[in-house]
Amino acid sequence: MKNDLVLRVVGKLLIPFILLFALYVQFHGDFGPGGGFQAGVMLAAAIVFYALIFGVPATQRAVPEWLVETMLASGVLIYAGVGLAGLLLGGNFLDYFVLDKDPVHGQHRGIFWVEAGVATTVAGVMLKIFYMFAMRGRLED
Amino acid sequence: MFGHFSYIVTVFLMVAGLYIVIARGNLIKKLIGLSVFQTSVYMLYIAPGKLVGGTAPILAPNFSIYSNPLPHVLILTAIVVGVATLALGLALAVRIQEAYGSIEEDKILARDNSVELAEDSRL
Amino acid sequence: MMVSVVALARSRNLFAAVVLSGVYSFLMATVLVALDAVDVAMTEAAVGAGVSTVLLLGALHLCKSEEAKPAHRPWLPLSVAIGTGALLVYGSFGMPEFSNPLAPIHQHVVPRYLQNEVDLPNVVTAVLASFRGYDTLGETTVVFTAGAGIIALLRRRKKGKRAEGKADEK
Repeated sequence: MKNDLVLRVVGKLLIPFILLFALYVQFHGDFGPGGGFQAGVMLAAAIVFYALIFGVPATQRAVPEWLVETMLASGVLIYAGVGLAGLLLGGNFLDYFVLDKDPVHGQHRGIFWVEAGVATTVAGVMLKIFYMFAMRGRLED
Repeated sequence: MFGHFSYIVTVFLMVAGLYIVIARGNLIKKLIGLSVFQTSVYMLYIAPGKLVGGTAPILAPNFSIYSNPLPHVLILTAIVVGVATLALGLALAVRIQEAYGSIEEDKILARDNSVELAEDSRL
Repeated sequence: MMVSVVALARSRNLFAAVVLSGVYSFLMATVLVALDAVDVAMTEAAVGAGVSTVLLLGALHLCKSEEAKPAHRPWLPLSVAIGTGALLVYGSFGMPEFSNPLAPIHQHVVPRYLQNEVDLPNVVTAVLASFRGYDTLGETTVVFTAGAGIIALLRRRKKGKRAEGKADEK
C-alpha cells in the first residue's frame, strides 16, 4: 500500500494530528470527556494506521518491540508507584491527600500520574497485540 | 409500557448475542456474538442512569441536573476489559486453527473424538 | 442497531460479519452520546470500532476460512434464546422506568460524588481515578495480564522452525 500516493500523503498529514489529539485528550481528561483509556487507544490506533500504510517492518524500526514491552509493564508500575508514594508519605495506599501540602493539589498530582500510567499500559498492550497478530502471519510464509 | 422501552431493546440485543454464541459453530463468529452480548450489557447499565433534561456529568456553573456518573465509570472499565478478552479469545482461535486445521466446532470435535477412539483402540 | 445485529447473525461471510460488528459499535457509540455518556461513547468508538475491528481482521487473515453451512436446524437454540428473552422482559417490568429521578440508582453515593471534593469538573475521571482508584488499578493489571497472555500464546522462537516451536511447549 505504500505505493499509493493518496494514502501516503493523507497518512503523513493525519498521523501527527491523531497523536496530538491523543495527548490533548489525555491531559484534558479533567475538564472534558477523556482520560487515560481513550488517549492510550488513540495512540495505538495512530501507530496501527502507520503500519497499515507503510508496512510492519518500517513501523518496527520506528517503534521497536522492546519499547512496546517496556511501556506495557511500566504503566502498571507507575500506578502502583503512586500508591506506594501515598504509603511512604504517611497516608493509606493510593491516598492522594498526602502528596502535597495542599490536599486538593495533591489530588491533582495523583490523578495526573495515575492517568499517565493507565494510558501507557493501554497503548502498549494494544500495540503489542497488533504486532503479535501481524508478525504471526509474516513468519508463516 | 413506553417507560420500559430501553429494557426491551437491551434484552433483544442480549438475546441476539446469545443466539449467535450458541447456534453458530464458527469460533470467530462466536467471539463476535460474545462482544455483541457485552455491548448490550453496557446499554443495560447506562440507560437507567440518564435523566431527561440533564446533561453529561461534567460540572459547569450553568447546569444543575446531571446524569448519573457511576454507571459510566463501571462501563469504562468493562469496555477495556472486554477488548482484552476478545484479543485473548482470538489468539486462542489462531492457535486452534494451527493445531487442528479448522475453526469449525464440528470438525474440531470430530477430530478430538477420532483421536480418542484411536488411543482407546490401541490400549 | 437491531437490524445490524440480525444481519450479522445471518451473514455467513466472515469479512461481512466483522464489518457489520464495526457498524454496530459505531451505532452503539451514537446511542451512548444520546444517553449523555460522553466518556463511554468515546471509549466505545475508539475501542469497539477501531481496535476490535483491526484485531478481528488480523485473526481472520490468519485463519483464512469462511463459515460452513450449519449442520443442525436452529430451532432449539432459537427457542432457548426467545424463551430467555421473554423471561428477561417479564423481569424488567419490575425495574424503575426510564428517567425517574427517584430511582435508587440516584440516591446514596452519587450526590456525594457530585459535590466535587476534588475540584475536578469531569466527575467521571474524578470517580475513576480518585474515589474508585483501587478498581482502576485492578483493571490496569487485567489489561497487562491480557497482553502477557497473548505474548505467551503467540510467541515464536526466533531461530527454530515451526516444529521446534511446538516441541518447546509443554
